[in-house]
Amino acid sequence: MKPAAFDYLRVDSSDEATHALANHGEDARILAGGQSLMAVLNMRLAQPSLLIDISRSRELASIRIEKNNLHIGAAVTQAQVETRPGLANEVPLLALAFPYISHFQIRNRGTVAGSIAHADPSAELPLCLLALEGELVLRKPRSRRVVKAVDFFTGMLLTARLADEFLEEVRFPISAPGTGYGFKEFAMRHGDFAVCAVAVIAHASGLRIAVGGVADRPTAVNLPLLAGSALEDALNELAWSLDAKDEPQASALLRRQLVRTLGLQAVVQATAAYNDQKRQAA
Amino acid sequence: MHSDSGTVQTTAHPPTHWQPHVGQSTPRIEDDALLTGRGRYGDDLGTAPGTLHAAVLRSPHAHAELLGIDASVALKLSGVRAVLTGQDVQRWSQPFVVGVKQPMQHWALAVDRVRYAGEAVAVVVAENRYLAEDALDLITVNYRPLPAVVDIESAIDPGAPILHEAVGSNVVSDRSFAYGDTATAFANAVHRVALTVHYPRNSCTPIECAVVMAEYLPGDEGYDVMSNFMGPFSLHAVMALALQVPGNKLRHRIPRDSGGSFGVKQAVFPYVVLMCLASRKAGAPVKWVEDRLEHLTAATSATARKTQIEAAVSSEGRITALRYDQMDEVGGYLRAPEPATFYRMHGAMTGAYDIAHLDLRNRVVLTNKTPTGLVRGFGGPQVYFALERLMDRIASTLNIDPFELRLRNFVRADQFPFHAAAGAVLDSGDYHQALQLAQHNADMPTLYARRDAARAAGKLYGIGSAAIVEPSVSNMGYISTVLTAGQRAKAGPKNGAIASATVAIDLLGGVNVNIASAPAGQGHMTVCAQVVADVLGLQPGQIVVNVEFDTAKDAWSVAAGNYSSRFAGAVAGTVHLAAVKLRSKLALIAASSFQCLPEQVRFEGGKIFSVHAPDQAQPFTRLAASPHWAPALLPAGIEPGLRETAFWTPPSLSAPDAQDRVNTSAAYGFVFDICGLEVDPQTGAVRIDRYVTAHDAGRILHPGMADGQIRGAFAQGVGAALLEEFRYGADGSFQSGTLADYLMPTACEVPDPHIVHLQTPSPFTPLGAKGLGEGNNMSTPVCIANAFADALAPLAARIGSTPDIRLPLTPSKVLALLAANELPPPASLSKMIAARAPSHSSGGLSLHSSGSILIAASPEKVFAVLLDPEALARVIPGCHALVPVGENSYRADVTVGVGLVKARYAASIVLSDIDAPRSLRLAGQGMSSLGTGAGSGTVRLEATAAGCQLHYDYAAQVGGKVAAVGSRMLDGAAKIILAQLFESLGRQATGAKPLTWWQRLLGVFGVKA
Repeated sequence: MKPAAFDYLRVDSSDEATHALANHGEDARILAGGQSLMAVLNMRLAQPSLLIDISRSRELASIRIEKNNLHIGAAVTQAQVETRPGLANEVPLLALAFPYISHFQIRNRGTVAGSIAHADPSAELPLCLLALEGELVLRKPRSRRVVKAVDFFTGMLLTARLADEFLEEVRFPISAPGTGYGFKEFAMRHGDFAVCAVAVIAHASGLRIAVGGVADRPTAVNLPLLAGSALEDALNELAWSLDAKDEPQASALLRRQLVRTLGLQAVVQATAAYNDQKRQAA
Repeated sequence: MHSDSGTVQTTAHPPTHWQPHVGQSTPRIEDDALLTGRGRYGDDLGTAPGTLHAAVLRSPHAHAELLGIDASVALKLSGVRAVLTGQDVQRWSQPFVVGVKQPMQHWALAVDRVRYAGEAVAVVVAENRYLAEDALDLITVNYRPLPAVVDIESAIDPGAPILHEAVGSNVVSDRSFAYGDTATAFANAVHRVALTVHYPRNSCTPIECAVVMAEYLPGDEGYDVMSNFMGPFSLHAVMALALQVPGNKLRHRIPRDSGGSFGVKQAVFPYVVLMCLASRKAGAPVKWVEDRLEHLTAATSATARKTQIEAAVSSEGRITALRYDQMDEVGGYLRAPEPATFYRMHGAMTGAYDIAHLDLRNRVVLTNKTPTGLVRGFGGPQVYFALERLMDRIASTLNIDPFELRLRNFVRADQFPFHAAAGAVLDSGDYHQALQLAQHNADMPTLYARRDAARAAGKLYGIGSAAIVEPSVSNMGYISTVLTAGQRAKAGPKNGAIASATVAIDLLGGVNVNIASAPAGQGHMTVCAQVVADVLGLQPGQIVVNVEFDTAKDAWSVAAGNYSSRFAGAVAGTVHLAAVKLRSKLALIAASSFQCLPEQVRFEGGKIFSVHAPDQAQPFTRLAASPHWAPALLPAGIEPGLRETAFWTPPSLSAPDAQDRVNTSAAYGFVFDICGLEVDPQTGAVRIDRYVTAHDAGRILHPGMADGQIRGAFAQGVGAALLEEFRYGADGSFQSGTLADYLMPTACEVPDPHIVHLQTPSPFTPLGAKGLGEGNNMSTPVCIANAFADALAPLAARIGSTPDIRLPLTPSKVLALLAANELPPPASLSKMIAARAPSHSSGGLSLHSSGSILIAASPEKVFAVLLDPEALARVIPGCHALVPVGENSYRADVTVGVGLVKARYAASIVLSDIDAPRSLRLAGQGMSSLGTGAGSGTVRLEATAAGCQLHYDYAAQVGGKVAAVGSRMLDGAAKIILAQLFESLGRQATGAKPLTWWQRLLGVFGVKA
């Protein structure tokens, strides 16, 4: 590790983090799990003048359910959420997605909010947040705003967060009864960033299909409950609409093909779960 | 354990009533330290007081003239002690010597030209690494970029840019060889089967990168170095010659432990020279630790190769002649020991087959890429990818079962030692039996049934095999085959592979072993202890093995080091010889005390005794220690001292003969692999279903470690087959700079191979052992490719029967090969898709795009902004300053950032083709600590009712660090920067103010303020 020189500030509270960020703006970076930031610092791709370490803040490490949302503080690690006993009932999509997120060593350190703030288009957590129509809380010293996931992700590693705003919390909606979930991913190796990942939510009024790894940000569409060739046509349209690029590790053709293939698998998975719930209710 | 034993033949050693340790999987002596954090790796070792730390400035360009370096600002930074440049290197050293006679110069630092991205151009020496890295950004280098040559085909084109102008060509060696009468064999052949194949650049990347600690000793004492360079120590001479010192004034030591080498640590040697010179410049010891980006970018690589291969085949499938036309791509410099990738395999180019007639043409081609060198399997993967793909092609052409075809052509068991056409003396083996052993373990009927069932279900399932001969213990003279017989006669013969080992007894009868090897985790200490324990009748735990090879204190010669699978065959055998020498001396001493003949003395169970009086046995430690304390009691004629060194060179190795025949290695193992795999036609993913690998490596010294070696090589073979490739852009920029870009298989991606052994001892090595650590690097890539080709066979009607299979078989490449008809876009999207810019090809990192945007200002107003430096400065995102340096030409200082990544570029910007207010061309190029960027685009304005429509198209290329690690981000980054540019252009032209914070906030909620 040989980063450029920086100042280091460990904060205990959201207030402190917010003020530090407001005072230093773009030259400061929040350090949470460090799973992306440390690599970038080591290669000197980023040379912030101040790191604001929130990783030991108890206040920011809180997880709570409020108004039918799972509120996850900025310092909560992925492992803390993954191992939450009720997760499969509360936010079943997260329970399906976690095994695909890198390796357990990284989930032990990496935070949920950090991954979302980093906005890698291939990362699973931004995809899940968008699929579930979750929200984020962006804070300045004297104001907070709540932003919808769809408005937050604005491009490759780009978000609606302003330089002096602190991503204080993310909110995943609690699953409503009568909803089925599906999650499928294809990566070059186990634990790698997705070449393509698809999250599907099936409920009485239709399907919500969200795709990561293909466009410059996670992208979702809402469709009626489809099957057979109508579903295949819809997935083909989705595949073509995302403007996949040829990149060194994966061609545009592969990515379109994965949208169709994984899309179908995830829809089948979600629909089966939805039908199970219907049967149980009946 | 999936290890089964085949037939085990007895060795030359007399049977004893106790169990020998050699051949047992005894616990590894190394592991206690390694597993409890006591490993002593290069970076862990203490440094001399006053040691400074180095960072290397590297070229962002693949090919450029080096016009000047200004380090004055860097030198002013507090804590920076020296900056070494090409001028210093020219003053204090010589270019590295190289194996071919050509007017090329390769210095430890670039002197007047850079020839690959990542080439070292300066070294900063500072009080710590942080400061040294800080100072790198303060050095200004003036480059004049040149067109780059990035592949074999374009490098040999007559119009190609030439890397070394004095040579006049990028082909720096072109040798043809003829063995037997190939022309007649081809003329008489019923079938001629030909194939062209490409093998990619890849590596076997160790976890630990290079570590060098170097000290210049003033007063003509030379240089003292500790590094993890692993040999061959013939390169010690190359280093000493470069440093202009006699060999005895370049002391080189290695740390006890190594975090992996796989041949790759050979490439540490140029840095040994570089850090010696840096130390000389700074007047203090210097330490340098290579980081991952440096390692992947600039350390080394296997050669990329293009091979045209052709066989003359009889109607029964007997191959009578082979022709190879090979071109190896070795990077910007031919660096020692290249072109050894060709010549290591030279004697054995007919592989496992009895083929009398052979023609070869070997061309060594330079490109603007990192110099190549040793990578586990060295030379083998390239040869067998051609030969074993050809065998399958012959089988399908003649409609012969591929196993049967190989059986018909194998060297027979009764032909060993077999003299191959180009000179290899294949020492021992039973290839037919090994193939049958592999087939038996693969359970062929079941495997065929799996394939049938899969194909019946419409799946793509294939079975492949590969037979390879695995050379070990290289003949150090093989490289001289690149010279003509006349040139060789002038230079003097070169041959052999001298190994050395020392065994000594201390004052209390303890046994110490020293070897001139440089182990990288293979367990040399354990095996040496087993070998010596057997000779002296001790337990392995009683033997202490020191592997911290020191050129100033150890016995060594040209072949010292750890490479070409020479440990089991050569080093362990030489340890045995040294131990026997010492035992013979002890036997003489004991015989006089026991009043018996020396050959009647036994060393067993920790005791020494006369075979006639076992009850009067003496403890080994007591009898072995006594000569230290009472030299006067030694029998007449016995020298005092209990330290024996043995030197050994394989008797079967001689210099290349006048007909260019050369026995390139002392021993040749054999590997036969069978693979069953399935290809997913939807995703292009390749899944290995079953893999059997049968080895004959002669006598196996430690079965557990042997299987460990095979598993490791297999994993790397799977990586080469499916994942690993060093990628370069069309401009020579390097694109695989992190382990997220250069993908190696992990435990999740590597199935467990089924390993079987046959043991046919080598008659040419002291213990009958041969190397086995590289076989699967050679066999597995082509075996998987053959199985893949078989999987695609049912698609022949669509894709042809001879698809061009190139490794690695990534899902994208597989999908392209399958050429399935993709579902077309729905009509509703066809217009949008047609309007998309063509996406850049996977071959390069050139970004290009076009589009148009509405601006609420007239073309005249927009144009006025573009031509006004102050207004333009406000338009360019992140522009700190824009200084006119000529008409419509500026020097700019621009910060570019995406996400976490940010860099400040010094750029030049030129406006040209100005046709106001209709169009202009905007070109720029810049350099930052993250690399280079250059691009140009046209802007065209069309007046509309609301203002104007701005049409743009641009092309840009990036190089250096960003290209190496951030390729995924670049397209997005370009888009973002353009969007910012046009947004602010519109603002400037309309005179609008930037949005206030509340306007932005409202904007987030979709409200226009």
